[in-house]
Amino acid sequence: MKTKNISEFIAFNIFRLLSLIIVLVLVAILSFIVVRGAKVINWEFLTAMPKEGMTQGGIFPAIVGTICLVGGSMLFAFPLGVLSGIYLNEYMRASWFKRFMKLMTNNLAGVPSIVFGLFGMSLFVNTLGFGDSILAGSLTLGLLSLPVIIRTTEEALKSIDNTYREGSYALGATKLQTIRRVVLPMAYPNIITGFILSVGRVSGETAPILFTVAAYFLPKLPSGIFDQVMALPYHLYVITTSGTDVEASRGMAYGTALVLIMMVLILNITATIVRKKLNKKLKVN
Amino acid sequence: MKKIFEKAAHAVLFASSTVSIITVLLIILFLFREGLGLFGQKPIEDGQVLLVNKSNPVNNLTSDELKNIFDQEYTNWKTVGGSNDSILLFRIDDIFNYYTEDELAGVDTNMQLLNEKVSELVGKQTGMVAFIPEKQLVLNDKVKTIEVEPVTVSGFFGGELWFPTSQPSAQFGILPLLLGTLWVSLLAILIALPFGLATAVYMAEIARPSVRNMLKPVVELLSGIPSVVYGFFGLIVIVPLVQQLFNLPVGETGLAGSIVLAIMALPTIITVAEDSIRNTPRSMKEASLALGATHWQTIYRVIIPYASSGITAAVILGIGRAIGETMAVLMVTGNAAIIPHTILQPMRTIPATIAAELGEAAKGGMHYKALFALGCILFLITLLVNITVEFISGGKRIKR
Repeated sequence: MKTKNISEFIAFNIFRLLSLIIVLVLVAILSFIVVRGAKVINWEFLTAMPKEGMTQGGIFPAIVGTICLVGGSMLFAFPLGVLSGIYLNEYMRASWFKRFMKLMTNNLAGVPSIVFGLFGMSLFVNTLGFGDSILAGSLTLGLLSLPVIIRTTEEALKSIDNTYREGSYALGATKLQTIRRVVLPMAYPNIITGFILSVGRVSGETAPILFTVAAYFLPKLPSGIFDQVMALPYHLYVITTSGTDVEASRGMAYGTALVLIMMVLILNITATIVRKKLNKKLKVN
Repeated sequence: MKKIFEKAAHAVLFASSTVSIITVLLIILFLFREGLGLFGQKPIEDGQVLLVNKSNPVNNLTSDELKNIFDQEYTNWKTVGGSNDSILLFRIDDIFNYYTEDELAGVDTNMQLLNEKVSELVGKQTGMVAFIPEKQLVLNDKVKTIEVEPVTVSGFFGGELWFPTSQPSAQFGILPLLLGTLWVSLLAILIALPFGLATAVYMAEIARPSVRNMLKPVVELLSGIPSVVYGFFGLIVIVPLVQQLFNLPVGETGLAGSIVLAIMALPTIITVAEDSIRNTPRSMKEASLALGATHWQTIYRVIIPYASSGITAAVILGIGRAIGETMAVLMVTGNAAIIPHTILQPMRTIPATIAAELGEAAKGGMHYKALFALGCILFLITLLVNITVEFISGGKRIKR
């Protein structure tokens, strides 16, 4: 009896320790960047153009660029993804084609982001002739999040019990009315959460924009959708690996990394709050 | 009126899902169209030819042989199946070594004259091979051109040299990249596995709800941090650490990449494994406890065996994540395209190669196509990972 308890004690503490290490790793990464980045971030850093070979000044154009790209990609991917998800889950009958579609969207959700970059370059930049532009970059990033949005929507819809739909039909509602008035309001919190998390992912992606939009150094704001822009993640990559003076731009790099992390942090927290709030509201009603 | 709305909504939904399906298919189409274009092409720079003396019995060369000839590794035509003549390399600038300035008078303005001189020279020298632009070619009865053998599938996968821009013949052997990718990602999984599984078990079975609610956002945040930030952290913290620890000339090694990737693969492993552990039926756990087993015995005799397929899926998805990761790896592994012998040397993975080289590759050229072929390989690996996971967890998912 005793040895049993001892082995349980040892095993559980090993598990506890290993979990603790993971927490410590996250704390280490965050504190490393937050402590050093906080010294750099001020109003000027956020609103000024980069200067002196990107070792001084701010990251304003990169922030604007990232906002343009996130906005553009979501404008394209979110409606398309949600509508497709509704069609796949509510309208399409089970068939080999649906299974194939599912496998393909699942697969696409796992395809490395650099592959999307390749595709975006081949189709949008070269074949359609958009050049390196916000349009090409947004569409590429949109494609990247499309399978994720489709999947989240499908899963949100699937989790709704069929009795609700049947109840609605029994009251004489049509299919569209059922979806609009019964199904979608219930799936809403999870769809919105998926949307916010997609924004987080898209804003941090570097590989897909390498060859579709990102500019190395462009100290002006875009004036149209065919302009190139700087973007935060690419900016961080550039100033840490191939800037004019890597050592001198370290401070800028810490600041940029902190801004990126803050964005992800805020989006993650928002997603959690939104999910909790909306779910609670649904239950009360 | 109602009916019209129903029909319209149906049409809109159908149209949008059709667009989604088409984009999915387009991605595959474009990727493979560009990638497969590589095979069957001659790996010699566009518009260039190789000129030799007609008495030379060699008619075609592989790109390997060509590289060795121009690197002066091979010095005799016998090595490539020719006659016993030493190899004499000729590039267009070498013309001044064979003719005096007087003899070459006027070639600056008259290209035709220069071309005739080159052909005349090759016609005289039996062991000479000239690498010249095709449009400068003037054939006379003493010279002929040599064919370069096209890129083959086996040469692509088995080739040990990746020199996509080398002259006169590019080398497209992806073995160093494949091995680099495998070494880095497999080691990453080995590092991540104990931590990931322990945390999954801890979160699902051992931790109090309050602790679990604290761990969950930690995992979510780890998966939310952009890969370029991981790369930055790795470059500044892990790379110097590896360098000092193993006393290396450079810290940018496969090991540094593995450590960064291990952290990045953790969230995938933890989420999927925890999910499958949680899905163990309550009745099974209770039966085990009722038989007098301790909680720990229940975990490793009942729960883990039951969840093993889910855990396997977690590992495979983790590997898939590690293989496809681009930016972080690009920043910390050092990117040397050589076949690795130890984990403590610079390595280059497939995604990092695409990211590093696509910017320089001329659109539609061989190099460009080779990078798309690498993209196809990544796509196929993901497909394989997903099909395997589907296959492993297929039976279980229905029970949920």
